[in-house]
Amino acid sequence: MIELYESQRAMRAMRKAAIQRGVLAVLDLGTSKISCLVLRFDGTGRFAEAEEVGRMAGQAGFRVIGAATTRSRGLRFGEIEAMAETERAIRTALQAAQKMAGIRVDHVIACFSGAGPRSYGLAGEVEVAGHTVSEQDVSRVLSACEVPEIGEGREVLHAQPVNFALDHRSGLIDPRGQIGNLLTTDMHMLTVDAVAIQNLAHCVKRCDLELAGVASSAYVSGIAALVEDEQELGAACIDLGGGTAGVSIFIRKHMIYADSVRMGGEHVTGDISMGLQIPQATAERIKTFYGGLVATGMDDREMIEIGGDTGDFERDRRQVSRAELIGIMRPRVEEILEEVRARLDAAGFDHLPSQQIVLTGGGSQIPGLDALASRILGQRVRLGRPLRVHGLPQAATGPAFASAVGMCLFAANPQDEWWDFEIPVDRYPVRSLRRAVKWFKDNW
Amino acid sequence: MRPVIPRTDPAPSRLRYRLERMRLTPGYRRLFRLGLPLLMVAGLAGGYLADDGRRADLGERIAEIRRQIETRPEFMVHLLSLDGASAGVQEDIHEIFPYDLPASSFDLDLPAIRAMIEDLPAIARADLRIRQGGVLAVEITERVPVALWRTRAGIDVLDITGAAIDSVAARADRPDLPVLTGAGADRAVPQALDILAAARALDQPVRGLVRMGERRWDLVLDNGKRVLLPEDEPVRALERVIVLDHANDMLERDLVTIDMRLGARPTVRLSETATEEWWHLTRAGGATDNSAGATGR
Repeated sequence: MIELYESQRAMRAMRKAAIQRGVLAVLDLGTSKISCLVLRFDGTGRFAEAEEVGRMAGQAGFRVIGAATTRSRGLRFGEIEAMAETERAIRTALQAAQKMAGIRVDHVIACFSGAGPRSYGLAGEVEVAGHTVSEQDVSRVLSACEVPEIGEGREVLHAQPVNFALDHRSGLIDPRGQIGNLLTTDMHMLTVDAVAIQNLAHCVKRCDLELAGVASSAYVSGIAALVEDEQELGAACIDLGGGTAGVSIFIRKHMIYADSVRMGGEHVTGDISMGLQIPQATAERIKTFYGGLVATGMDDREMIEIGGDTGDFERDRRQVSRAELIGIMRPRVEEILEEVRARLDAAGFDHLPSQQIVLTGGGSQIPGLDALASRILGQRVRLGRPLRVHGLPQAATGPAFASAVGMCLFAANPQDEWWDFEIPVDRYPVRSLRRAVKWFKDNW
Repeated sequence: MRPVIPRTDPAPSRLRYRLERMRLTPGYRRLFRLGLPLLMVAGLAGGYLADDGRRADLGERIAEIRRQIETRPEFMVHLLSLDGASAGVQEDIHEIFPYDLPASSFDLDLPAIRAMIEDLPAIARADLRIRQGGVLAVEITERVPVALWRTRAGIDVLDITGAAIDSVAARADRPDLPVLTGAGADRAVPQALDILAAARALDQPVRGLVRMGERRWDLVLDNGKRVLLPEDEPVRALERVIVLDHANDMLERDLVTIDMRLGARPTVRLSETATEEWWHLTRAGGATDNSAGATGR
């Protein structure tokens, strides 16, 4: 666990330094697009220390001063497949964003959706050393969590304490200073394939940038798309992306589960392309212009020119009705949503007090999705757009930018992670003298 | 067939990306936006001025423009007008005025002209200003002659401050002015004038004042009698003499000097004949009662 502490702490320190210097870039590596936002922190933000546990990184008000989006290259299912291609795409996005911002960016935080995220619930229990719970007790209980076998070649992406309990009182947000004997905690840990993170780090490094943080795209789009009440009462955010559909469940303002379905909008496009015998680009265009999920009688009569761009312009004047298009799209979207339903069931979402579901991501813009989703996922479905942040261009306010905006919020107002707490005393050899003194005090 | 359009990679090459990033570094941005233009301007100016001929040409052109502005009719001075100066002084000023009119007002050095005019002995003060219409107006305050000062070199005309305004060949040229003499007389002209004003009450005409030892005055009357005045309050001493004169007709008597230097003891010196007369009288009239004293003298 120590190495994890080290690398995550190093990234956290780097992010802090970048925020103090005032400029930080946010990179959303998606399967269909890569977007980059440049944030400027001017140090005027309000400090919200009371709400979180433990020490916070510098939180500040920020403003988006540069934004750029480019078509993604070299990614599949949210994972880097061709390093050089991805690197070029990152360079394109970053250079455009830098140009718009008019300033050089050195630190970047990135999010990606793939790499098979897996959620674990951890529990730790420790006797409180003194009368009241101190920060040391919190770090001790966190380090007392039993780490399950996460498998070879996997790495912890997030590890957030979601609940503290003192004796028989549960649901504490901040146990510090409270009187009790037995401190227990519940922690949510998210692991991903280590190779994916390494590839990402390598790509970012090849662009002369410093990687100052990594986050799961499902998590950050949940931050952006769920309103505060939904995060508090319990809700699931479903980020329908290009290659993957991310699922994250929030309750009491903490993420308790995240997963991703390896299916997304590009599969819909592929289906259209194959079904109608047209190129991918045309299929994508038809999907965005005419796509839908609920067919009506009107759609039978609405004909779409698909002119297959085969070069034989005179004879290739094919047309399809919109109903046909819907007929191709609907099964695939249903499949995705079914898969999401399965993941939610596996996570025990139906036991949550509130079962709000928020659909976001580029795929949520398909007309009729809310009707379809409410039939598959449950009655309480809404389409979510990301929060508004300062200076974000109009073009980047759509649901497709939920994870980019969520990264901004993540950078400005990070959740405590395991490694943000102090390393417990007993891990420090230099403190053994103090422990010896303490032992003497306790026993004599 | 569909034409094959070679699509260029939209991604910047690594080199271009790095250069762009370097360009966006604040230091470089400042260099490009401020440093380079400055350097270019400085370089152009330096290159142009490197040639000697061009530099001289530029200097000439600047001088020419300057001259053109200076010689505009608005800045020209055509006339020298003198106020408050007598004719002789006016002539003197015209003689020493160092510029040829019309001249540009930029060329006129007014403080220097003023100093030059004030150097003239007859002038106490001169105020210069350039008036509208190209007139150099000089307002002159002349020194007022109050006394003559006779020295070995000649006779000077003094004003109240003791400055020599002029010199005259003979006393008769300025009969209206009193005569002072003696070393240091020019440094005590006001006192001398006070004494002379008081002396007007005398019946006898005054010849002049003699400064003795640069500290006190002797009043010389026309008939050669001298009144030796003290250093302090000479006017009061003179008034006492006048009172004595009125009471005893002292100045009518045959005296050589009246010594008022000691206020408590005015002393007279008789002339030789008067002394003899005195002896005569005391020996003749007072032999019985005063012989001892008289012979004792």
